[in-house]
Amino acid sequence: MKYMLIMRSTDAAIEASKDMDFDAIITSMGQYNESLIKAGVLLAGEGLAMEEGFIVDFDSDPPLVSDGPYGETKELFSGFWIIQTSTKDEALEWAKRCPLGPGSKLEVRRVSEMEEFDQSNEYIQKEAGWREELGTDRPVSS
Amino acid sequence: MTDAARNAVDAVWRIDGAKIVAALTRTVGDLDLAEDVAGQALLEAIEQWPVSGVPRNPAAWLTAVATRRAIDGWRRRERLDERYAHFARELENDANRFDEDGWDPDRIDDDVLPLIFMACHPVLNRKAQVALTLRVVGGLTTEEIARAFLVPTATMQQRIVRAKKTLTAAKVVFEVPPREEFPSRLSAVFGVLYLIFNEGYAASSGTEWMRTDLSGEALRLSRILAELVPGEPEAHGLVALMELSASRFAARTTADGEPILLADQDRARWDRTQITRGLVALARADDVGRGRGPYGLQAAIAECHARAATFEDTDWKKIVLLYEALQQLAPSPVVDLNHAAAVSMAYGPAPALEYVDKLVDSGELAGYHLLPSVRGELLGRLGRTEEARTELLEAARLAGNEREKAVLVAKADALRDSET
Repeated sequence: MKYMLIMRSTDAAIEASKDMDFDAIITSMGQYNESLIKAGVLLAGEGLAMEEGFIVDFDSDPPLVSDGPYGETKELFSGFWIIQTSTKDEALEWAKRCPLGPGSKLEVRRVSEMEEFDQSNEYIQKEAGWREELGTDRPVSS
Repeated sequence: MTDAARNAVDAVWRIDGAKIVAALTRTVGDLDLAEDVAGQALLEAIEQWPVSGVPRNPAAWLTAVATRRAIDGWRRRERLDERYAHFARELENDANRFDEDGWDPDRIDDDVLPLIFMACHPVLNRKAQVALTLRVVGGLTTEEIARAFLVPTATMQQRIVRAKKTLTAAKVVFEVPPREEFPSRLSAVFGVLYLIFNEGYAASSGTEWMRTDLSGEALRLSRILAELVPGEPEAHGLVALMELSASRFAARTTADGEPILLADQDRARWDRTQITRGLVALARADDVGRGRGPYGLQAAIAECHARAATFEDTDWKKIVLLYEALQQLAPSPVVDLNHAAAVSMAYGPAPALEYVDKLVDSGELAGYHLLPSVRGELLGRLGRTEEARTELLEAARLAGNEREKAVLVAKADALRDSET
């Protein structure tokens, strides 16, 4: 099973982190990543830039575009990992070991697999082809 | 509540089990005792964690508790001689150190490698090596391993107990083998992991969930191994081979579990991200700079398939060369047969038939259904229909799997129909 660990920080946590030793943050994150790699569970992970982004809000038609990510939302999506574990509890245990502090949240979501969708839907069938053409195939097996 | 606690403990065990058993084996000097006291510590965790909360470093907690149980065990012995007492005092100091953040992850990681070598020690037969690797390194329960290998739990239990006794009787020490033995011992480890992977891979029926899980477990253990011995190209080659093979899982069977051959697979269903990981692993193997070994070569063949947009686009000439390299490094009649099949794709059925006929003459694959199957295929393409039919029907007779049998009979019938 694959899980995505989504890192969220509040504005307050971002502010507080500015006073923290950046090197220490990088080191503890690096050690966490290393432990995921050494356990053979890490498949992917990225951090997201804080300063560039925007929000498209579908409350109105046409959608309203505003500067973000600071503009409209209190909780920021600042990075993610994708891990492969044998159980949900194992993913939970890894999540708990993430070196994050107060003001931070980790949202854990199972990555859905292609098999879960109705395979007879023509767009599900087309999608597989598109993904191959684009080279961005979604993980379809485990 | 207890269920939740058990699940939490199970999760910790899957993540840290190998490290805990490895650390304990180093301190108590006996794999069997290490496993035993680790089990006691797990039981205590299931009772205590729901009340006291999961400790900040669960692995260190479990190791410290298990070490104390080992000391208790020695103390309870009636005739406790001076040597044991001394040993126990030393261990007690160790146990206290664990409580004071003495858990040194680097040291513990180093311990996992000797544990893997111990589980794959040559005094054990292959079945025992596989069972022990999954048990002590993978952290699978005996029930899970038994289910994966389709044997009763009691049988698997016995196999594991006997394996541990064999290790103790042979006085196998907990250490990384000396440098000169390294290549042969490591290749046994690769062999065990690949066998575990194939046990999951070959079971394409899709009913036994545990078996595809087994491939995933073999892949996880291989990734761990590759991190432990990053300077060994074959460790990365093995990871690459498994990633690339596993990337085809979703395309290998129909929804009802019918096998789909490579030529007919919907390549859009191949896992592109997994292929990318496989290619990265293969590049790491090459970066070591000591050439490709048998796993690296097989991974390179898998790479050719992964890079081909369609079956027809496959670079068969390159695959022929890779099989020839593999014939040099790891000769086997099955490799010869695969080589012949690749030759038929690259250069046509006639030269391939010569290779297959040599194989038939050698008698090495007698009784292996894929030999007449490939031969029948080639004869069919050469227009020697009657001979082809005979071979295909012979292959069907030899095939153990009912679904494979049916496919071969259908091919033979198709040849007859094309005649008329």
